[in-house]
Amino acid sequence: MDTQVTQPLSPPRADVPVASASIASALLPFAALLVVGLAFPLFGGGYWGVIATRACVYWVLVSGLNLVVGFAGQIAIGWVALLTLGAYTTSVLVAGNVMPAWPPYLALAASAVVGAVFGLIIGLPALRLRTFYFAITTLGFATIVTQVALAWQSVTGGGVGVPGPIFPPPFSSQWGFYYFCFGLAAICTWMTANIAASRFGRALAAIRDAEVAAEASGISKPALLVTVFLFAGAAAAVAGGLFASLQSYITPDAFTIDLSILFFIAILIGGRSSIIGPLLGTILLTVLPEFAAPLVAWSTFLYAVLLLVIVLVIPGGIAEMLDFKNRRPLESDRAIVPRPELVARLFGAASGAGALTLQQVALSFGGVKAIDGLDLEIRPGQVHGLIGPNGSGKTTTLNVISGYYAPQRGEVRLNGAALPEAALHLRAEKRIARTFQTPRIVGSASVLENVMIGGTIDGQATFVESLLSLPRHWRDEARLREAAMLALSTVGLERLAQVRADRLQHSELRFTEIARALMLRPAFLLLDEPAAGLSVDEIARLGALIIAISRAGTGVLLVEHHPDLIFDICHHVTVLNLGKTLAAGTPADIRSHREVVNAYLGG
Amino acid sequence: MVQSIILSGVAVGCVYALIAIAYNVMFSASRVFSFTAGTLGMLGGVLGSLFILRMGLPVSVGFVLALAGGAVFGIITEIVAVRPVLKSLDQHLYVLSTLALALMVQQFTAIEWSTEPQPFPRLFDIARIDFDQQFWLPMLACAVSIVGLELLYRHTLIGYAFLAISEDNYAARALGLPERGLRMASFAIAGAIGALAGFAGGEMLLAFFANAPMLTFYGFVPVALGGMGNNRGAVVAGLLLGLFQQAANFLVGGIFASVAVFTVFIVVLLARPDGLAGASLRRRV
Repeated sequence: MDTQVTQPLSPPRADVPVASASIASALLPFAALLVVGLAFPLFGGGYWGVIATRACVYWVLVSGLNLVVGFAGQIAIGWVALLTLGAYTTSVLVAGNVMPAWPPYLALAASAVVGAVFGLIIGLPALRLRTFYFAITTLGFATIVTQVALAWQSVTGGGVGVPGPIFPPPFSSQWGFYYFCFGLAAICTWMTANIAASRFGRALAAIRDAEVAAEASGISKPALLVTVFLFAGAAAAVAGGLFASLQSYITPDAFTIDLSILFFIAILIGGRSSIIGPLLGTILLTVLPEFAAPLVAWSTFLYAVLLLVIVLVIPGGIAEMLDFKNRRPLESDRAIVPRPELVARLFGAASGAGALTLQQVALSFGGVKAIDGLDLEIRPGQVHGLIGPNGSGKTTTLNVISGYYAPQRGEVRLNGAALPEAALHLRAEKRIARTFQTPRIVGSASVLENVMIGGTIDGQATFVESLLSLPRHWRDEARLREAAMLALSTVGLERLAQVRADRLQHSELRFTEIARALMLRPAFLLLDEPAAGLSVDEIARLGALIIAISRAGTGVLLVEHHPDLIFDICHHVTVLNLGKTLAAGTPADIRSHREVVNAYLGG
Repeated sequence: MVQSIILSGVAVGCVYALIAIAYNVMFSASRVFSFTAGTLGMLGGVLGSLFILRMGLPVSVGFVLALAGGAVFGIITEIVAVRPVLKSLDQHLYVLSTLALALMVQQFTAIEWSTEPQPFPRLFDIARIDFDQQFWLPMLACAVSIVGLELLYRHTLIGYAFLAISEDNYAARALGLPERGLRMASFAIAGAIGALAGFAGGEMLLAFFANAPMLTFYGFVPVALGGMGNNRGAVVAGLLLGLFQQAANFLVGGIFASVAVFTVFIVVLLARPDGLAGASLRRRV
């Protein structure tokens, strides 16, 4: 034991070259595309130049939409509405239909602003509506925008249309304009890749795949989605301005829902949480119809077939097919060996918190009283066990503390001050962390990234700083990565840091969740049946880890079914039955409590 | 004018309500909203025109075949786009798979049938009056469907089985109910109802491929406002939608009418995400 303490963190260090090698191999396709794109005018003919420019324009839109669809998982089907809006805003401003003509660059910038605002308007329903509802409303927007463009003749020219803007030299020639679009596309790639590799990218994926865990980690879904909708709206509107210039003349007919489907499918073919996948998907879908001229009439039909095939056969898309690293088999008998002695190092100087108390808390669902006047006190540095038969209100208690439910009566106080009710994402800043009965994990992200999600609120760089890869972004990343490796070493999973989380075994997912919770350096840690599905050995190691966490000053609330674990490690045990306290006291008291033994433990 | 607004409003509202019921019947059986609901309505119109006008079949035969076509498409939807993604309902893949299928059928119809609206036959050879068959047919279809569904759900054993499946899928399966068969039957019924909507409203809406996305949207408005799975709410909301839309049509013109409908829809939904009548407790942890 002692030798391990003095040993420096060798396993995480050994991992660093692997990570940088994988970064290099991830950059390779981007570099190849950059070279091909820059050299394209050397070997591309005139018409192919148009196709290449179109691919760049589409990608400017898709790169932004990718954050909405591929990362945040919001099914925004009608994003063509923003392309339309951007195209008309730029064209109308440059043509001078409503006010004196603007210079093209200024008009393009203005359309970015308009696009950001409308991106927000179109996106906002996602915060309140169910998936299908949101999909329908975005489709509705796409229809409406086209109809307005058709009807508002004095400004948009109605069915006759308006000429697109022409950018001044050097971007007026075909190749000049191509390089302009290519440059913007490259910038969008760079910016979205920065976001993808930041705490914001991980938080978006967490909202998509594990929303409750995201909120418990302090991620505010509304704030994050608003930012992303602003960005995606601006990108789409800029793409619209470029599109209008490329088309040289725009009418409402140019903006069919088919185009929207194309953007959407490009992302799905590409795969979720990927930049290179959707980029390749966009290029593929732009170029494909050119090879199948007789099929042009059928192109939307074929896109639809493609969509169905992707959804049913390869939900992971191109990105998953390119992910060779995760095809290598994992060792089959891996043991999780936590190193509890690292907890102190992970936590650093612990801040002395007061107690977390529940006073007369009651909550019922319909006619069922889930908890009925419960008193509970969790003290720092102690492990508090919460046991009871199924349906006795254990998880509900935990959900009230972590802010998932508002109690109907009574209150939850931290250090004497009442905690805000029903505000899951506000618990993290109070350093209250939790795990879940069923692990909530982002399957497509690596184990390390999943753990880093837990430290989201400790990042300091803003979205824009991450977008532009400014120094604070790098400092955040380095610090989070280091803390996450330490947390993984603490729970004994450092060797799996780079593995996709959905390849892990159930017990490993449980420890991953604990590592994620430890990233908050929690003052209080709520564990919801952490031993369920673990082997006897693993339970023993889990017990040692929990004790170490409590010794570091954390108050632990342990909801469990395994009496051995409870009685071994708890300082205090509360037994619930039908939402009320049946007994409370030290493990020894509970063991000899006649009613508890009869009702629950069995004589 | 008021009279024609009310007549056409109620008639169109009945078509929307029927599409909404098709949405609901599919939803009850599978917890899935399908983008194919509007496609069913479109198919009802196109198949009716195909069988009766182009192939010259008698109206009654054309009617039965159009409904059968809708039912078959319903079953295809269940097999191709719904069943394979039911395992991962939380990933919402059904949104994409049903959208893909709807687009395929819509595009196929556009190319093989026509990209222009085609005439739909007059079903009964009687003179035009104010209260014309193009208005009372959708109303009749709506009334018959509702009464039929109520009878089925409340008074037959198989109807109870449908209810059981929609209330608690696991418990129903544990009781030995043939869940898959019932789900396919639900999709067939929804298909027939959707096709009936397009067939009964054929004279108003014509046989036109673009009716599919239009009905998908306007048919969903009553579902969302009436509360999902709630057929009575859907009918009320459908009628209100039809009246509102026709009134706006007459007062401010077609394009701004759709803007108005859309705005009202969004605003109401944002205020009441579970519909005007609905309230639901969602449990995530």
